[in-house]
Amino acid sequence: MNSKHQYIDLYRTNAEAIDSGSAPALNRLRPQAAAALEATDFPVRGAEGYERTDVNAMFGPDYGVNIHRLDIPADIAASWRCDVPNMSTLLGVVANDAFIPSASLESRLPEGVIFTSLRRAALEYPELVANAYGSTAPLTDSMVALNTMLAQDGVFIRIPRGCRMSRPLQLVNIFSAPTPMLAPRRVLVVMEEGSEAQLLVCDHTQDCNRSYLSSEVVEIIMGENARLDYYCIEESSAMTSRHSQLFARQESGSVLMVNSSTLTAGNTRNDFTVTVNGKGCDTRLSGMVIASDGMHVDNSVNMLHLAPKCHSDQLFKYVAGGKASCAFQGRILVSEEAPFTDAYQTCRSVLASPEARMHAKPQLEIYNDEVKCSHGATTGQLDADALFYMRTRGIPEAEARTMLMQAFMADVIETVRMDGLRDRLRHLVEKRFAGKDASCSECHASCRERHTDPNND
Amino acid sequence: MNELLLKVENLHAGIDGKEILKGINLTVNRGEVHAIMGPNGSGKSTLSGVLAGNPAYTVTEGTVDFHGLNLLDLLPEDRSHEGLFLSFQYPVEIPGVSMVNFMRAAVNAKRKYFNEEPLSATEFLKLMRQKRAIVELDNKLASRSVNEGFSGGEKKRNEIFQMAVLEPQLSILDETDSGLDIDALRIVAGGVNKLKTERNATIVITHYQRLLDYIKPDFVHVLYKGRIVRTGGPELALELEERGYDWIKEEVDRQL
Repeated sequence: MNSKHQYIDLYRTNAEAIDSGSAPALNRLRPQAAAALEATDFPVRGAEGYERTDVNAMFGPDYGVNIHRLDIPADIAASWRCDVPNMSTLLGVVANDAFIPSASLESRLPEGVIFTSLRRAALEYPELVANAYGSTAPLTDSMVALNTMLAQDGVFIRIPRGCRMSRPLQLVNIFSAPTPMLAPRRVLVVMEEGSEAQLLVCDHTQDCNRSYLSSEVVEIIMGENARLDYYCIEESSAMTSRHSQLFARQESGSVLMVNSSTLTAGNTRNDFTVTVNGKGCDTRLSGMVIASDGMHVDNSVNMLHLAPKCHSDQLFKYVAGGKASCAFQGRILVSEEAPFTDAYQTCRSVLASPEARMHAKPQLEIYNDEVKCSHGATTGQLDADALFYMRTRGIPEAEARTMLMQAFMADVIETVRMDGLRDRLRHLVEKRFAGKDASCSECHASCRERHTDPNND
Repeated sequence: MNELLLKVENLHAGIDGKEILKGINLTVNRGEVHAIMGPNGSGKSTLSGVLAGNPAYTVTEGTVDFHGLNLLDLLPEDRSHEGLFLSFQYPVEIPGVSMVNFMRAAVNAKRKYFNEEPLSATEFLKLMRQKRAIVELDNKLASRSVNEGFSGGEKKRNEIFQMAVLEPQLSILDETDSGLDIDALRIVAGGVNKLKTERNATIVITHYQRLLDYIKPDFVHVLYKGRIVRTGGPELALELEERGYDWIKEEVDRQL
C-alpha cells in the first residue's frame, strides 16, 4: 500500500482547517494537488531515480501534522548557535513549519525586499505570491503534490529589481516538537531582474530522540541577470528524515549557485531540478555528504538546458563510513533548443568502511551537436600511497585518514563564495571527521546540553 | 664506536604472494653511510618499503633489529617516531593537505609519542624556518598542498627538509637522485651531509654512482635477485659505474 493515502485522508477530512490556517493564494492549489496525488503514487524503491531511497518507508510512519497551527514552543534562541563567525546575516527561523522572524528583521531589510512568512506574504501580496507559487514545482510530481496539499506556511523571499543585497539572508529550520512530526516546508524565492542575494539555510533537530520528517519544496525564480548563492547545511539527527526538492527556473543571464552540505542526518533525499530557460545562464551545483553510522543520503540532480549558450557545472563529493548508504543521480539534459551548452558533472566518493555503500548514476541526454559536456563518477578508497606516506612521517593512521578525508572535501568547500561560511564549513567538517558531532557539541545539540544544564549557555 | 643501529637478518618479503626479498642480511652501525646499488627489479625499493612498514608488502621470514626494537612489530608511524626515515623515490602528492598542516601533524605526533607538549605556533614556525634553510626550500611551498605542483627538484628537497625536521637516526634515501639536475643534486646531497652526525646513519639506494660523488659511502652493497650478492668499499661503486652490472649478474647466476 502506498503511504500517500494517509495524507490524502488527512487532507480530505481537514480541508477546512488546513485552509483556515493558511492563505487563499496557497489554498488555491490544494484541491488540484490532492487530485494529482490521488492520480500518482509515491515512487517505489527501485524505480528510476529512486534506486536507493524508499519514499514510502520515509512517509509511512504516523507523523503528526500541525494543521491546527498550534503554537509549539521551540528554543529559538538556540538558532543563534548557527551564527557564522564574522558573518552578520538577516535571520529568520522556521520552527517545524512556522516562520518566526528575528527581532526587527523587517526594519533591517533594504527597501522593497521581502523576507517573511509565506502565509503572511500570501495575504499581503496575494498576486505576487500566486504568480510565483507552484510555477516551478510541478504537481505531476507526487512529492510536490503532497507538499502543496499540506503546506500552510513557509518562507517568502522577494529581492526587487536591481537590488543587490549586501548582507546574506539566513534561514534556520528547526525541528522541535513533543511528538513525531511531519513538517511541510515551503520556500519561495523570487529574484527579480538584476537582483543579487545570498541565502544560507541550516537544518537542525532540537530533540535528537524523537523522529521528524520534513517534506520540503523550494522554488526559486531567477529573473534576467539575477544572481543567487543558495547554501544549505543539514546537521540534523539520526531520527530525522528529510525529503527536499529544489526547483529553480533561470531566465537569461542569470547566475545560480547551489551548495548543499549534509553533515549529520538520518534519512535524507535532496532533489535539485534546475531549468535553464534563457540564454547565457550560469549554474553551479555542488554537494558534500559526510555519512556515517546508519545514515542514508541521496542527492538527485536534474539539470535541464533548454536555452543556448549556457554553462553548468556540478561537483558532488561523498565520504561514507559505518553502514551508511549514499546515492547520487545526476542528469544533464541538453535540448535541441540549447546549442553551445557547456555542461559538466563530477561525482567522487570515498568509501571509508567495508560496509558503506555508494550508488552513483551519471546521465547525459543530449539532443544537439553543438555542446561540450562531460560527466565522471568515481568511487574508491582513500589513497593508500598517501596514507602510507603520511604514516612514515609519524602521523598516526587515524589522524592521517581524517586529514585525507578532509582534504578530499577541500574543493567542494572552495566553491563557497562567502568567506566566513567557507571557514565555518572547514571547521565543521574538521570536527565531523574527528568524530565529534559538529551539530551537537558546537551548534545545535548544545541546546540539548542546555536542557540538562541551564546555566551553561 | 661501531654501535649497532640496524641489523637485518635473513629477511624474506614479497607482494601479492610473489617473493622479492630472498634473505637479506645487512648491518648498519651509527655514523655509517651505506649505499645499496643494483639493477632494476633487484628489490631495492621493496627493501626500503619493508623497512618503513609499507602494508602492501608481506614479510615471510627473518628479523630486523632497530636499536634494540623489533622493527617489524612496529606500525609505520612508530617506526618514524623511533627514528626511521624513508625519503621516497616518488614523493606522494596529497591534494588538499597543506605542507604546513602536514608538518605540524608530523612534529606533534612525534612529540606526543614521547609525552611532550605540542609545539606552540611560534616554536613551530621557527623550526620550519631553520630546517628550510638546510635545503634552500622556498617558503611559498609551505602554503601549498603536499608535493602538489612541486618540481622534481622541489619534491626531493622537500623530502630532505622533512628529514631535517624529524631528525631520524636512520635515513633511507630511495633513489633520491632520480629526476634531479646537477644543481638540485648538489643541494639535496649537501642537505644530507649537513644532517650527518656520528649518532645517525644513512642508507642510500641508487642506480648510479653519481650521487655517491656527493654522499660518500663507507660501504657499497649490490642487491640482485633479492639478495645482497656483494659488499665492498666506495671503490665497488666506481667499478660498477665502469663495468655495469652484467659481470656480477653472470657471476651470481652461474653460482645459482
